Order: sequence, then C-alpha cells, then structure tokens
Amino acid sequence: MLKIQELHKSYPMGKSSLHVLKGINLSVESGEMVAIMGSSGSGKSTLLNIIGMLDNYDKGDYILDEVPIKNLTEKKAAVYRNKFLGFIFQSFNLINYKNAVENVALPLYYQGFKRKERIEQAMFHLGKVGLTDWAKHLPSELSGGQKQRVAIARALAANPKLLLADEPTGALDTATSYEIMEFIQSLNDEGKTILMVTHEEDIANMCKRIVRLKDGVIMEDKFVEQVRAAQYV
Amino acid sequence: MFDIDLWREIFQSINKNRTRSLLSGFTVAFAILLFAILFGIANGLNNTFAEAFKDDAINNIVVYPGETTKAYKGLQAGRKIQLKNEDYKYIKDEFGNKVQFITSRVMKNVSATFRNEKGNYTIRAIYPDNIFIEQNQILEGRYINQRDIDNKTKIVVIGRLIEEKLFAKTKAVGKYLNLSGIQYKIVGVYSDEGGDDEENILYIPLSTSQSIYGNNDFVDMIYMTYNPEMDYDQALSFGNLLERKLKERFSIAKSDQRAIRVQNNAEGAQAVNLMSFGLGVIIIVIGFGTLIAGIVGISNIMIFIVKERTKEIGIRKALGASPRSIVSIILIESILITAISGYVGLLIGVGVLDLAAPTLEGFFIKDPGVSNTLVVGATMTLILAGTIAGYLPAKKASKIKPIVALRND
Repeated sequence: MLKIQELHKSYPMGKSSLHVLKGINLSVESGEMVAIMGSSGSGKSTLLNIIGMLDNYDKGDYILDEVPIKNLTEKKAAVYRNKFLGFIFQSFNLINYKNAVENVALPLYYQGFKRKERIEQAMFHLGKVGLTDWAKHLPSELSGGQKQRVAIARALAANPKLLLADEPTGALDTATSYEIMEFIQSLNDEGKTILMVTHEEDIANMCKRIVRLKDGVIMEDKFVEQVRAAQYV
Repeated sequence: MFDIDLWREIFQSINKNRTRSLLSGFTVAFAILLFAILFGIANGLNNTFAEAFKDDAINNIVVYPGETTKAYKGLQAGRKIQLKNEDYKYIKDEFGNKVQFITSRVMKNVSATFRNEKGNYTIRAIYPDNIFIEQNQILEGRYINQRDIDNKTKIVVIGRLIEEKLFAKTKAVGKYLNLSGIQYKIVGVYSDEGGDDEENILYIPLSTSQSIYGNNDFVDMIYMTYNPEMDYDQALSFGNLLERKLKERFSIAKSDQRAIRVQNNAEGAQAVNLMSFGLGVIIIVIGFGTLIAGIVGISNIMIFIVKERTKEIGIRKALGASPRSIVSIILIESILITAISGYVGLLIGVGVLDLAAPTLEGFFIKDPGVSNTLVVGATMTLILAGTIAGYLPAKKASKIKPIVALRND
C-alpha cells in the first residue's frame, strides 16, 4: 500500500539547513492503523506531510499504491491528493462559511461530481458520523467533537485509499477524544488504512502499530495490542 | 467554460463575506463615480465652449469702423470712418481667393407689425453670402438672393422667434410685414444656433435698405470668412494684412487702434482648440488616474482577501483543488466585484450628472453627460481592470503551499 525507502528531508535555515528526516524506511499494508509518535521536532509531522503530498522530499523513494510519488507538478499532486488521500487535522480545517454538508461535499466538487450527487453522497457520509441533523449548520455552530466528525466525513467523502490524521484529538477533551477514536477504529474495522500522528500514549495505544521517531530516524516500530476506545465511552 | 458550480462557489464566497465584498466594491464604485462626474463636467465645459462659437462660422473676420484717435497725414483726430460699397468691392478684388464668403451689413431698429401683433426688432441688411457667415438654417421659404439685391425688392427673411411671436396662428411666409411703416413681403423663416438674439433678426437685401433708409451707399460693417484651407498662421497674417491695407486706404495711422477694427476669429479659434485640447488631456489624466487608483485599490483588497483566505485555499488544495481552479475562483470574484460595483458607480455618476445638469448650467457647464460609447468602453475597461487587479493575487493564491496554510498556529 505504502512504501518509503531512505527518505531524507531538510529545511533550509538561513545559510545552514536543518536535516529533519534522516533516512526513513517504512511500509504500511492495506488495512493497518499506524500511530506515528515522537516529541516535537522529531519529524513526525514532516513525515505525515510528505506522505500526504503536502510537502516534497529531497532523497529516497515514496511509492503509494504502486505509484511513485516524486517531483509532482501542483496539478498532479492535486489529482493524487484527491484520489488517494483523506485528511483529518488537529484544528479541523473546515471552511467556516460553508455548512456541514457543503464542507463534506467539497472533495466531490473537485472530483467533478454533479451537485445533486455531491449532496447525496455528503449526506450519506454525514449520516455515518451521526450528524444528519446538523447538515445545515455552520462550523461555528458545532462543538469540537462535531467539527472533527464533519472533518472525518469530509475525509471519507472522496473514498480515499489512505486516511491521514494529524493529531486528530489534539484539540479535544478526553471524552470527546475517545469518541472520535472509537469512530476511527470502526473505520479501520471496515478496512480503511489509517495513519495518524499523535503524542498521546493512550491514543497511540488505540492503534495497531506504533512507530516512534526521534531526531529524524525511526527508533522503534512495533505492533501493539489495540485498546478499544469503546470501553472508555 | 460556463461552470455553474464555479459561479455558485464564487457567489457563496461573495455572499458570505458581504462586508469585505461591499468594501472592495465601494472603492471601485467610488472611483468610477468620481470619474463619471469629472468626465461629465469636463464634457459640459467643452460643450459650453463649443456653443459659444457656434453662432457664426469659426473662420469669421469682422471689419467695423470707428473714429480716428490720432492725427495722420494732415487729417485730424476724431474723424469718423465710414465704410461704403466700394470698400466691399475693394476687399473682394484685392484679396480674391483668400476670402470665402463676404457681406456688407447695415443695421437698423424698426418696429414690426402684423395685424394686431407688434414687436421691436433689428434689421440687418445684407448680401446673400450672409447665410453662410451667420450659419442660418432656412426653415421655410428661401433666403435673400442676388435678384433681390439687383432689383432692391422689399422682402424680408425673419427669425424663428419672430414668427413664433407675431404669427402665432398662421404661417409667416407669403404674408406682408409692416416695418416702421413700410410693407415687406416675408419670403423665408430661418433658425440660428447662436441663441435667442440671433433668431430675433430681420434680414433684408442691402440694396433695398440703402435706397429706402438713406439713399446712400453706406455700410456699417463688413463680415467675411477667410478661406478655410488657410492654416492658423496664414489666417492671422491675412487678418493683419487686411487691417494694414484698410488703414492705408482710409489714411489712418498704423498705431491707431480705434479707427478701424479687424476682428479675426482665427485668434479665438486657436484659443478654443487649445482649451479643448487641454480639457481632453485633463479628462484622460483624470480618467487614467482614477482607473489606476481603482485597480490598485481592488488589487490591494484582493491581496488581503488571498491572505485572509490562505487557510481556506490550503484546505481546498489538500482536498484536491487544482491551481487553475484556485486562480479562476479568485480572478472571477475580482472581475465580478469590479464590474458590478464599477457599473453601479457609473450609473450613480450618470444619475448625479442628470440631476445636477440644470444647476450646473449656471456655471458654464452645459449638457454634462457621458456618452453610451464611453459607458460601454468603461465597462469593458472595468472587466479588464478586474482581471489585472485579480491576476497577481490569484497567481499568488495558486502558489500557496497547503503545508504552510495548514500549519497549526
């Protein structure tokens, strides 16, 4: 599903440069649920951004679903992002002047679906996250957990091969965090491949595999016994 | 190209950010409003000047005598100069092809009576060429012709306003008009764009006037137009030569300013041309100035909008928006705001001009208006301006890296 070999990335910092990723090797199979952990500055977000084609890399190989991802034009990157990936962000990143259903329908707009179909599909996904009744509400009228669920519905709308989550529970309280995790786990149960960045141990333990980064290299990569979030809810 | 979803996106963005859209629209609307008003006023001034010289042909030269103020060649000061028919002939013979049309003129005040209607008017006794010099338009009947001059017929051509006043219920042409006791047959009615005074004149043949009112060959003034093929300098030197020759003819000192005057419209024409040109330049400068200010204004606001929407654009890109779709969304929004608000500004400007026109006439501003061509041209320019104003910000927006836009801060 996803294969990364000897991945290097550095950021120019004035005259010198900051070497953030120093040869990452990682492969993720379909249906996995992986947590990427590490302290801040370890390069975990950079890695996720490269996987999400939001950032480019200097050296190495990155193959996603048998497509080599390298030196993409903006246009191509847009197509791949739309086709392969769904994003869930810490700060939700909903468009504030669009209501819930319009936000969910946005990836479908860029896939070229007709308006009627878009709304239909978006409503279906909103139903999946349990927010059918909130479809016409603006993000400002939703709670944090609801916003994140809208964001998840949006990520699912394009039917991506891989879900990328950057601290999906970072802005939520513990109870809501577990609710969201329960939902993400149920998505994984249905077969979705999920990659998430987190620095919370309890959240990481709800995944099936934990990859620990430190100073741009993988320190530890182990499969764990998944803690079901449902037991806390 | 027409993509209903794209327009839906744009209208939603405009609608949801009403204050911002209104503000940016206001800049453009105000710029165009100012432009329309200034343009209209300049136009009105131009009209006033054009009209001031509409009365007579633009290439007029008038010769009129006075009294000498200086003794010369044994003749004393205070001598009255009298033009005669022979002077008219002299000018015609001497300057031939430099003169286009020429007429002598004698003036006389009379009271005109038709049945019970009465009025005091001025007679101008003239030659047929007068019609071209005064730029009279025949409304009915005919003008004075050479046969009238030869036969000294008692006919009169009356101004439009005289017909209106004295012949309220009937046609003037063919009727007899009593001018201070003498019956003249009305052969024609004319109009003149020189204003009301010029349409309250009675024209009769010069020979008739000379035989009836004095039995002499005296002439009050000589009007002519110079050959329009002459340029400004040639026309001026012709006027000067004419003055010099006439002074010689009447034994007038060269420095005597009052004895005989030659008033040459070439001087005025030059001034009017310069004035029109100056106004034209001012209009263009103002026009471009406001337009550039408008473009800069909307460009600024679009840059601000892009900045404000950086995050949204980043989200859209993360969800698969192509750079092109980002460019078009910003560009079309800019064009739409510019075009609509600009057009509104233009309409308000035209409306204000329309309302203010009667008041402005007192300030030498006549018919201040903006032509249809200008309205269409301005609208096109506005769309172009919106494109220019939106292009750079749109390009900038399309270059936004989603990673930068989505950074948590």
